[in-house]
Amino acid sequence: MAWMLFPTNPALSALVLFLILLPFLYAARDPVHRLFGALVRTVAQPLRLAARWFDAAAIAMRQRNEVVLLAEGRAEITQAIQREFERVTAIVRRDLQGYPALQRRLLDEITRIEEDYTKCGEVPPPPPEWIKAVETMAKIRHTGDGLVQKILEQISSSIVDIYDKVLAEYRRSYKDRHKILEGFQPFWRSLEQTLTRVSKNLTGLEESAHRIDAQMEKYEQIVARSDNVVQALTSSAATQFVTAALVVAIAIGGAFVNFWLIARPMAAMVGGGEYLAGGLEAAHVAALVILLVEAAMGLFLMESLRITHLFPRIYNMQDRMRMRLAWIAFGILLILAGVEVALAVMRDLIIAADLELKRGLATATSATPMETSWVTKIPVAGQMILGFVLPFALAFVAIPLEYLISSGRTVLGVVVVGVMRSVALVLRMASNVSRHLATALVMLYDIIIFLPILIERAIRSRQLPPDVSEMPRHGGLRKTG
Amino acid sequence: MKTLARLVFLVLAVLAVAGCADKKTYARAVYVLVDTSGTYTKELDKANQLVNYLLGTLNPGDSLAVARVKSRSFSEKDIVAKATFAKDPLQANAQKRAFKEQMAKLAQLAKTGSAYTDITGGILQAAEFLNETGAGRKTILIFSDMQEELDKQTMRNIPLNLTGIDVVALNVTKLGTDNMDPRRYTGRLEQWEKRVRAAGATDWRMVNDLEHLERVFGG
Repeated sequence: MAWMLFPTNPALSALVLFLILLPFLYAARDPVHRLFGALVRTVAQPLRLAARWFDAAAIAMRQRNEVVLLAEGRAEITQAIQREFERVTAIVRRDLQGYPALQRRLLDEITRIEEDYTKCGEVPPPPPEWIKAVETMAKIRHTGDGLVQKILEQISSSIVDIYDKVLAEYRRSYKDRHKILEGFQPFWRSLEQTLTRVSKNLTGLEESAHRIDAQMEKYEQIVARSDNVVQALTSSAATQFVTAALVVAIAIGGAFVNFWLIARPMAAMVGGGEYLAGGLEAAHVAALVILLVEAAMGLFLMESLRITHLFPRIYNMQDRMRMRLAWIAFGILLILAGVEVALAVMRDLIIAADLELKRGLATATSATPMETSWVTKIPVAGQMILGFVLPFALAFVAIPLEYLISSGRTVLGVVVVGVMRSVALVLRMASNVSRHLATALVMLYDIIIFLPILIERAIRSRQLPPDVSEMPRHGGLRKTG
Repeated sequence: MKTLARLVFLVLAVLAVAGCADKKTYARAVYVLVDTSGTYTKELDKANQLVNYLLGTLNPGDSLAVARVKSRSFSEKDIVAKATFAKDPLQANAQKRAFKEQMAKLAQLAKTGSAYTDITGGILQAAEFLNETGAGRKTILIFSDMQEELDKQTMRNIPLNLTGIDVVALNVTKLGTDNMDPRRYTGRLEQWEKRVRAAGATDWRMVNDLEHLERVFGG
């Protein structure tokens, strides 16, 4: 080794070399310290700048997310309030519109009841005047005269007859009044039903009013940009996102089943053994295209029925045009479902032919055809039903898809903000670590050249008063932050 | 409506691309050479088993040919059966059934066993057939003991061109002389491998266990 002053003793060589270098290292102490400082600044400052940028970007993004979230929330609540008002309008139009007629009917019924009641109040005519004559005759003293006795007996029997007649008349009159009162019953019932309906409608209106109040309260909070409502909307978006993702995953499962149901028979339509560039089998691509077209038609159907609002142009279309579009989408969907039914039959034929061939290949003699009872047709029927139902089921994916997209924006925004903040934190930590590392390097350098430093301190302590010499000497690092 | 029109256009475009795709790149072509010379005729049942496996494995659009190896095999007349299966799966199935029935001819032809074994001629014929199909994956299956014997007039010392073709030797039985000196057997196989690889073959394989015919295609 060329650097070894004592070839037989490397340790001694290294020590001597170190001692030779020591004065130079001491002399270069300040420049080296500054070099460390500069190096640290080179690394730490960009890191800190990057951290600040990420922080600022995260804040900006959070504000933007908040604005979007509040706008979405406002739109949703506006829609809900609108729907409630529509409901109220419908109730008012349906029930309160008929209120004048209802009132007239009620008044008529009440008038009739009053008239009947008045009739009930009519009393039978007062007893005839001759009763007074009878009373006068009754005061005649009994003398034992036979003629008088006879006359009185005749009068008595006449009175009994008349009394019976009057009593009968009185009872008939009461019977009539009871009949009138009996006739009240259906009126009362009708009255009760009408009033119950009115009460129910009014309760419905009251509930709607409560709901509108609640929505309005939320709306006011959104307008006031309350933190609570932002948190509630974020949490609601996250829940919606998870739920929608789950439903979309289920729909993807259904689409997967549908795909394998039609992929094989598609070979009969577009040709087996045909490949697109990249090794994609044409039959598989065609099956996938059919599924995607079904999903698209489902989307248009839902859109034109105003169940989803992904395409504002469709949503705002004229009603007649919109309904026409809905019918077209439904028609295409129906045709595709029919195609899938046909493909299900074709699939069964292909599988049966394959099985027959394989049985024939496995046995030396020609294979006997399989028994075709109704039981063997069940899987075909099942496939046909699945083929018909799945496209329509797939059409409903538009609803969770809309939720997934709208809530995905919020969830993704929150995740991105979180990631940006984490990156900013990591960068800030890295900046701090590099600064401390520089301090450590300075100290390490001083440890290496501790001998000249000790000598310097000793000399200084002799030259300076004791209180000044005891002051610690700081490293050459400047504060970077 | 514009969106709908755009979507329909996109679907049509995808279907058009599907229609214009490279039709042959992924198709498979297999040429089976069956040795019908001498004692090897006893192995014909196994050859039928191999052909049945191929019929069950090949897809619509693939090609299959079976030819016999006899004293001079460089001839189309030695092709026992050949077919390029239709794209329609049902039609392809019918073709496969017909192919299986044609294979009965092989047993009849093998009854008159040949005195010599011209494997090179068979390979030349196979390469010609496979290159004509234009398939993406081409395979020659040689069902033989790989012992070539030529008469004096037959000239087969010519270079082969097997570029892009896999060559698989199947059921390579040991001869009586191989039992006495196994080096003859290994030497024979090494010589064939060297020759096939020199001819530009993509791969050379040997499959003696017919219970695992999936190894024929490198499975």
